Amino acid sequence: MHSPLKLSVESPVVEKETRAAEEHDLPWQVVVHNDPVNLMSYVTMVFQKVFGYTRELAERHMLEVHHQGRSILWCGMRERAELYVQQLHGYLLLATLERTN
Amino acid sequence: MEIRRHGDCIEISELDPFLAELLRQVPESTNAQGVEGAQERLFSSPAAESEREICAEWKLYVEPELRRLFETATQTVACDLQQLNGSTKPFANCTLRIPARNSDAWLNALNQARLVIAAKYNFSEADLCDHYRSPIGSRRDLGLFQVNFYGFLQEFILHELEKG
Repeated sequence: MHSPLKLSVESPVVEKETRAAEEHDLPWQVVVHNDPVNLMSYVTMVFQKVFGYTRELAERHMLEVHHQGRSILWCGMRERAELYVQQLHGYLLLATLERTN
Repeated sequence: MEIRRHGDCIEISELDPFLAELLRQVPESTNAQGVEGAQERLFSSPAAESEREICAEWKLYVEPELRRLFETATQTVACDLQQLNGSTKPFANCTLRIPARNSDAWLNALNQARLVIAAKYNFSEADLCDHYRSPIGSRRDLGLFQVNFYGFLQEFILHELEKG
């Protein structure tokens, strides 16, 4: 005879997978850090290309990177955030993926 | 040196032998091997060290793709630069035509070169902003001139891309 309770106790893997999936779905943020070499105009162009931002918004983020040392460019699911970071690295920007607090 | 849009190309004319040589050095300058700090800069970490899973997957799957992307950009630039090898007169000024479709490759390769040179000579923000530096007197000065010259070309290409 099958008991649902027994089944759930015998399948701890399911619980683990669920936890991992929840962790995966926590919001992540894409952060760009300042570096002295990349040109301001280049960084602005990259933000426009990667995130589809208007020039004004891209410039605002670029200036935030320049003056504050970092700027949060995007926030959302991990997979998409990873893709954005990969694109930014393709343009040689210093970008990281961070968990949102 | 003159730089202007000419049809589907960005034309750099009246290139004197010195500037032509700096351009020829773009592909070689992207080589980060043996340059301390350059590899780390070109292939920087995607997350904090504590995010071990992300960093490990990145090394395995993303880094090889980035390496291919950078190599392809450098190869495209190297192909365009072959135009500079055709001159029969060794000290004559020459012209380089960059097809507009190769603009992204040029922006990428110039950026690689600037980052590698900056890492090689450990340029600070103050060094990079010092546009009134005295004439070139050392390899380091030459490196700084190279970084600024490549930056100027990037600015021009970006300006042309904006105009469409």
